[in-house]
Amino acid sequence: MSKSHKSKSLFDLSIIGPAIIDSFKKLDPRHQIKNPVMFVVLIGSIMTTGLWLQAILSQHGEAPAMFILAISIWLWFTLIFANFSESMAEGRGKAQAASLRRARRDTPAKKLSKPKFGSPYQAVSATILRKGDIVLVEAGDFIPMDGEVVDGVASVDESAITGESAPVIRESGGDRSAVTGGTRVLSDWLVVRISSNPGETFLDHMIAMVEGAKRQKTPNEIALSILLAVFTLIFLLVTVTLLPFSIYSVNSTGFGSPVTITVLVALLVCLIPTTIGGLLPAIGIAGMDRMIQANVIATSGRAVEAAGDVDVLLLDKTGTITLGNRQATAFIPAGGMSVEALADAAQIASLSDETPEGRSIVVLAKEKYGIRERNIHDLQAKFIPFTAQTRMSGVDLGDGRQIRKGAVDAIEEYVAKLDGSFPDDLKSAIDSISRSGGTPLVVAEHKKVLGVVHLKDIVKGGIKERFAQLRSMGIKTVMITGDNPLTAAAIAAEAGMDNFLAQATPETKLKLIREMQAGGRLVAMTGDGTNDAPALAQADVAVAMNTGTQAAKEAGNMVDLDSNPTKLIEIVEIGKQLLMTRGSLTTFSIANDVSKYFAIIPAAFAGTYPALKALNIMHLATPDSAILSAVIFNAIIIVFLIPLALRGVAYKPMPASRLLRDNLLIYGLGGIIAPFIGIKLIDMILVAMHLV
Amino acid sequence: MTLNNIIQSVIFLATLLLLVKPLGIYMARIYEGKPAGLNVWFAPVERWIYRLSAIRPEISMSWKTYAFAMMLFNVLGIIVVYALQRLQAHLLLNPMLMPAVPADLAFNTAVSFATNTNWQSYGGETTLSYLTQMLGLTVQNFVSAATGMAILVALIRGFVQKQIDTIGNFWVDLVRSTLYILLPLAIILSLVLVSQGVVQTFEPSAKVSLLQPTKGADGNEITEQVITLGPAASQVAIKQLGTNGGGFFNVNSAHPLENPTPLSNFLEVLSILIISAALCYTFGFMVRDTRQGWAILAAMVIIFVPCLYCCIYFEQKGNPLLADAGVNQKATAFQPGGNMEGKESRFGIVDSAIWATATTAASNGSVNSMHDSFMPLSGMIPMWLMQLGEVIFGGVGSGLYGMIAFVIIAVFISGLMIGRTPEYLGKKIESYEMKMAAIVILIPPIVVLAGTAVSVILPQAKAAILNPGPHGFSEVLYAFSSAGNNNGSAFAGLSTNNLYYNIALGLAMFFARYLLAIPMLAVAGSLSKKKIVPPGQGTLPTHTPLFILFLVMIVLIVGALTFFPALALGPIVEHLTMTGGLR
Repeated sequence: MSKSHKSKSLFDLSIIGPAIIDSFKKLDPRHQIKNPVMFVVLIGSIMTTGLWLQAILSQHGEAPAMFILAISIWLWFTLIFANFSESMAEGRGKAQAASLRRARRDTPAKKLSKPKFGSPYQAVSATILRKGDIVLVEAGDFIPMDGEVVDGVASVDESAITGESAPVIRESGGDRSAVTGGTRVLSDWLVVRISSNPGETFLDHMIAMVEGAKRQKTPNEIALSILLAVFTLIFLLVTVTLLPFSIYSVNSTGFGSPVTITVLVALLVCLIPTTIGGLLPAIGIAGMDRMIQANVIATSGRAVEAAGDVDVLLLDKTGTITLGNRQATAFIPAGGMSVEALADAAQIASLSDETPEGRSIVVLAKEKYGIRERNIHDLQAKFIPFTAQTRMSGVDLGDGRQIRKGAVDAIEEYVAKLDGSFPDDLKSAIDSISRSGGTPLVVAEHKKVLGVVHLKDIVKGGIKERFAQLRSMGIKTVMITGDNPLTAAAIAAEAGMDNFLAQATPETKLKLIREMQAGGRLVAMTGDGTNDAPALAQADVAVAMNTGTQAAKEAGNMVDLDSNPTKLIEIVEIGKQLLMTRGSLTTFSIANDVSKYFAIIPAAFAGTYPALKALNIMHLATPDSAILSAVIFNAIIIVFLIPLALRGVAYKPMPASRLLRDNLLIYGLGGIIAPFIGIKLIDMILVAMHLV
Repeated sequence: MTLNNIIQSVIFLATLLLLVKPLGIYMARIYEGKPAGLNVWFAPVERWIYRLSAIRPEISMSWKTYAFAMMLFNVLGIIVVYALQRLQAHLLLNPMLMPAVPADLAFNTAVSFATNTNWQSYGGETTLSYLTQMLGLTVQNFVSAATGMAILVALIRGFVQKQIDTIGNFWVDLVRSTLYILLPLAIILSLVLVSQGVVQTFEPSAKVSLLQPTKGADGNEITEQVITLGPAASQVAIKQLGTNGGGFFNVNSAHPLENPTPLSNFLEVLSILIISAALCYTFGFMVRDTRQGWAILAAMVIIFVPCLYCCIYFEQKGNPLLADAGVNQKATAFQPGGNMEGKESRFGIVDSAIWATATTAASNGSVNSMHDSFMPLSGMIPMWLMQLGEVIFGGVGSGLYGMIAFVIIAVFISGLMIGRTPEYLGKKIESYEMKMAAIVILIPPIVVLAGTAVSVILPQAKAAILNPGPHGFSEVLYAFSSAGNNNGSAFAGLSTNNLYYNIALGLAMFFARYLLAIPMLAVAGSLSKKKIVPPGQGTLPTHTPLFILFLVMIVLIVGALTFFPALALGPIVEHLTMTGGLR
């Protein structure tokens, strides 16, 4: 995953400090009750603390006071470590929120009485502005609230929101009319209609999202919580029933004494999925945080999660798949004309043409036929710009030559007017260019047609590989374009896309999305224009470009601050990572239990049934050290896994089965083996330090 | 392990697997209402049943209506069986003049047979009239099995249908399961069993003179023996096929008149697993992807086979304490060797072990040997197979729908591990399904562990334990594992015909059956409403060896983690003590 400019080192000291303090504050039962697994640990910690107090006060506790104290301390640590992971994740978000908050200041606003530049205004505070109010923003002013430009053009510094220092243009009408509160107008002026009430602005939303204040549990998180609650209940039952089982065993053999509450609590905490339970909030917050680091603001965690499930991506052709402009790739002369003459004429006609297409003709003529650029003044050329009426451009030279280039029918009409004829042999060349997805640009000198320039959409480098990766992830790509089906098919094939929608209109886009959803697909798309809004609202994951209109931003459930359409791919990966991290740690957590049984069961019951010592396959030193080692391992594994929870499990695009196999080997098998080693090591350390 | 062990077990497994596909297809066609022979010939009978009972077969029910119909039918069944037992003294077909069954025992028995558990706290030949056996128990043997199959079929429809609010008609599923599947199979099997010597008669008990008189406990000479008879074959066939397991005679299929020959034994043990195994194929067939059915069957077999050989191994190995005492436990041409305590000599080690494993893997519970007399670890195998939730074949219908609950959990975890909202057969698995699957996974352990915990502490419950120490503990744990998973197998060694156990085990059976069935119907309803997501590259295939293995791991880990401590204090410590000679 590419790192953006906002990424932070994982263990930033300025975050760790407050996080430690915060992890103690979070011991509050009102906070813990939200997480059933950790709430059980809290109850266990309180119970063992009580048992320890009873042991030192009454002189005959159920076990040695030091042992109860040691267990109790490590249970408290388990809680604190879990809280710490959550605080760490939140801290990273908070740092980001703080920088955003700086942008939200109490700006003075110039409230206009009429939506017209020049009408009288009244200076008010931004906080009293309401939806529908009209304000004037002049150079140097901050835009007080989110709004829609109704008049004027201005350059605006949006770095506070996007982190992008280059100013952007905002103007009334069209797709660049949305402005965000907290950004600053650098030049000119804007008349803005306020589009949100205080506290509901984009910035407020971002801050709330980043801080996790509005974090709701996502559907998969809820389902996982249910699963974790079931495991917690099962293990609660297992440990609670062990007491009667133990009493029965002691009575019937006459040896040993019933298992202590301390040991049962220790066993319970070791068995319930504390690793995933403790890290679950951190994983969710960190997922959101990774989204923000990718410069994407999601309006809900649900959207982030849905991103991982997407199976169809709708991508706009221009700017996403292709470079956004066509380039000349070949000169094809008409019958009897030389290719050099064509190239020469085409180059002269394009010298003053600053469009990318024009530049590419100049470059191609120079590279392929060695025709050097000539100074336009030497030629005494008069540039004829492109207009929508003529649909061609060209030059009139000092020596009387008139060169034109343009669309086929435009040139055909042009030469016909001059009593020229359009050569028939060129028609087949033009057809084959069209069929291959290119655009034919015909060049004529006066009434003589010289030939045709093949303009081609250039597919972005590396994009084909990217789509192949997506396909291996099971995601289909569909290209959306206004081109005709012929052109669209050719480009889609070149870019390696699965499908395309040609001559797309807002209606056809919406229809396509609905059809796919009816077929059970989850659809993601990007958009920026107001005409994209219906489709964005319908799509499951809808990423609006930050440069887009307010309508588009409101319809989407994510906003990409970089306004980069290929960001969708990154968003999908972040969504998948989020789920994978949860799944892998759940597996790890449950797999851990096997070793804990082998540590605790023989220790707890060897007094009654010495034969059970055979189950102590780790050869832990004493029953007390065995139980303590298991509890310590259970607590510190949380700390060890914090980086993984914050960074997320690495995601590589590959088929589902291979992904599952790899993750099962690492987190399933690893989860069974690792604690055997860990518990044994801790036991050896405890023995070496004479702590048991 | 001897060659005989291997040959017999391989023949058994191979025959079972060969029958899966034909029977599976047949059942699928019956449930889909497609012509399959019997349902064409007997269609008038089916229509006649509907008309007589005012059933409108074309109406498809919502899951709640389906569940209500199922509960109504089952509760009525419990009431009828209870009433028959209480009133049998005044009713027909009571040649032995059996008195009314006590209330607590009648309750236990009624629940036991309606829930397809068939736990027996009574001895059939000394407690029940022929009428009670036939009209009460045999009927329940059929319809309790059919109930399980109906629920499964409704669940399968949930996977097949898209965006539909209903899951089928309970009465139709019940009638078809009984009329076209259970009845024909039971008729064929009873006839074969009769040919082998299983009794089928209304005659009262016969008296025969002993060849060699013996002395009774009171010192009087005994010259005659009473041979109890009855309409056994018809009940034996369905008790095996419908994973019921309630024997006509007290010692169940160890009785020579219930299971006389090696052939009758082979057919009976095969019948235990056949429908449950074939239903996996039916499932795959109905969801239009037979690989899915084979995958689930494979997961079951992967757990079953090692359990089977573990059981055979420890039984064939015999008792080390006896070996120390110089007893020859080697298998020879003249003796089966191993631990023969509690076994019929006509079956020997391997047939007893196959039966013990099969009857507990499926929720059958019939026996041909006494599990209480097994070696600790081979006795643990049947107990653990029940504790796994009766999903390794399990009860007819209920085994597979229980397994699908595990599949839901497995799909959920693996879905997260690959970064996708989990889906199974194109249906998204969301929190509602998880909640229901969670209940299904949770109820049996609660019933088993809580029941055992109370029983080893409560004085009147403890008094019923006949053996001290870990073995006594195993007996209680086994009883609740059996009732709490609707198996009905008894370890013995525990006097359960008393007020406490009759009520406690009765409730255990009731909860274990219906608190699992209803949530699974809710899953069926919820799935039925969902769209079907077409599979793609990112979809996790659920028929691959990897997923099968993962499913196996989930079943084993949940089962092992839940019961390891209890098993450690029962059979495991008994084994360790015995082999280690520590105490």
